Amino acid sequence: MSQLHSIALPSYLDQSDEVRARFERINQRETILEVRNLHKRYRSAQGETEALRDLNFQVRRREFVCVIGPSGCGKSTLIRILAGLESHSSGDVLLDGKPVKGPGRDRGMVFQGYSLFPWLTVKGNVMFGPEMSGYSRNSAETQARTWLDLVGLTKFADAYPHQLSGGMRQRVAIARALVNQPRILLMDEPFGALDAQTRAKMQSHLLDIWKNIDITVLFITHDLDEAIYLADRILVLKPHPGEVQEVIEVPVPRPRSPGQFNGPEFRATKARLETLIHPPTEEETTDEAATLPNHMIRFTDVTDNVE
Amino acid sequence: MSAISQWMAEGDASRRRALLTAGSFLLPVLVWCLVSYVPFIWHPKVMVDEPGGVDYFQSGMLVDRDEFDDQASQMKSQALALPSGHPANPIYLPAPHSVAKALYTGFTTAPESKDGIWLHQSLWHSIQIIFWGFVLSSLAGVPLGIFSGTYAALGRLNEPFIEFFRYLPAPAFGALAVAVLGIYDGPKIAIIVIGTFFQQVLVIANTTRKLDGTIIEAARTLGTRGLRLITKVVVPGILPDLYRDQRILLGWAWTYLIVAELIGTSSGITWYITQQARYQHFENVYAAIIIIGIIGFGSDLLLERLGRRLFPWDRSRERA
Ligand SMILES: Nc1ncnc2c1ncn2[C@@H]1O[C@H](COP(=O)(O)OP(=O)(O)OP(=O)(O)O)[C@@H](O)[C@H]1O
Ligand SMILES: [Mg+2]
Repeated sequence: MSQLHSIALPSYLDQSDEVRARFERINQRETILEVRNLHKRYRSAQGETEALRDLNFQVRRREFVCVIGPSGCGKSTLIRILAGLESHSSGDVLLDGKPVKGPGRDRGMVFQGYSLFPWLTVKGNVMFGPEMSGYSRNSAETQARTWLDLVGLTKFADAYPHQLSGGMRQRVAIARALVNQPRILLMDEPFGALDAQTRAKMQSHLLDIWKNIDITVLFITHDLDEAIYLADRILVLKPHPGEVQEVIEVPVPRPRSPGQFNGPEFRATKARLETLIHPPTEEETTDEAATLPNHMIRFTDVTDNVE
Repeated sequence: MSAISQWMAEGDASRRRALLTAGSFLLPVLVWCLVSYVPFIWHPKVMVDEPGGVDYFQSGMLVDRDEFDDQASQMKSQALALPSGHPANPIYLPAPHSVAKALYTGFTTAPESKDGIWLHQSLWHSIQIIFWGFVLSSLAGVPLGIFSGTYAALGRLNEPFIEFFRYLPAPAFGALAVAVLGIYDGPKIAIIVIGTFFQQVLVIANTTRKLDGTIIEAARTLGTRGLRLITKVVVPGILPDLYRDQRILLGWAWTYLIVAELIGTSSGITWYITQQARYQHFENVYAAIIIIGIIGFGSDLLLERLGRRLFPWDRSRERA
């Protein structure tokens, strides 16, 4: 059985002609984001933490790149540096060839937690960006309506964020980021707090949006399926300090659909990611495992067994 | 069906809550009634009805019960007429009904001197002192609190001193305030300001610090910077909490009222209370104190209602 399994599985490096042609096309496009020799050290009372070490990568226009890695490997640190919310210790971050200084409208960000402004309605949230850019109220409202329409929330324009479900809130957050027409959309585990079903819907929805507008996406996740389903390329980070371990060109053909989850390319890529992220030899070295107790105090009757 | 039973349950819950609220006011009143109207509870005094043979007793006089019993037994041994009387409470504890009456007559009785002030005028004066004290304090305290909460350096620069200053009792500055601001309303307003301002800066700075950082970061990625970050994000973000803080601080301002009004020439409700106490009209004193409570509590209830309308997005009130 397992033999049959391994025979059936191609290498994740094998690309169909179609996929290879697509990557060639992508590589012809101009570079939107370039990261060169990026280092980040945090100084705190406990001493210095090296969060990122010597990161190098490029993102092409309208490419969908996922960043994946175990917890604490510096994914959030990376995206916050790209967004300009955090400074870097050394190296360069170039957007369209120009160094990034502080946050700006050219980079939209969607956070994991709900970052909507609770005092504004859904429409008000989406209008916020244009209003900050100096558009008139009317113009901001027209723009907001267009983007709310795109994420399918026209009916909820006048609702407050607390009246929406988690998935709808993230759709508003996406519309709010996109209305500024950024060069790149940065997303830090945007669907991490959603239930599995909503999450799957949001993934398809995001792909639809990405197909229909001129946007480049850098998407952080720790969900392997999510990364493979969404990405053109996956940047795998390894922890302590965060370094690029491998850049995988996902061989799953587009357009993507949930039906591909069982396809051979998908499984091959997932197998590769699993060996990278959970190396079979050093399973017990994660922070979590080190702190788990190896025996448990019993708080219930000795004879009262559940298994 | 289940919707109806849920509605019933909610009705029950709100009815029970209303009942408990009423109870929390009725219980102290009940205790007060018991102490006032049940002769064998407390009543440490005797109100003399007939002096009998006791030469210094007069009808209507309040004497200690021991003294009354003592005199009665002396009269008995000397075979003189016995005094008679009934148990009574000290003059400083009037019965509920006389306070209730005073609540009404206080407003209908003309002041004793012809240039005197009516009760409602005293109250209005007090309310103005509170109002101006609170407004002046807020004009400086709210912005300073918000800026201190937003910019860590500014907070570190002024908060230690403010922390120190808030331990200084505001009334201690009374004499100084009179020397600087005269004897009329100036020093009184100053005491309210001193009593409120320092707490206000610290409380509001803290509230500002509690604002979710993600919201500010989101605003920055959308192109907000500088002062607009404060006016468009921080202020609206903390507004419901700021409003709640202000309600609590207004309550504190009220507690400084009496001391403030004693400074310089006594005025407002405090003047009324001290006058009435001097003539031993304690029912009027109680009435005035209750009126302060009603105004304070009532205005807070009103502000709370207003807050619900002003901040429809505020979820924290739903904990209650
Ligand atoms: N402000 C900070 N000060 C000091 N150390 C920090 C700070 N922020 C993050 N770190 C450290 O940097 C490392 C990377 O953190 P980061 O949040 O970027 O990881 P992550 O990959 O996003 O993790 P997760 O999957 O849990 O979101 C961690 O070891 C963390 O402890
Ligand atoms: Mg993270």
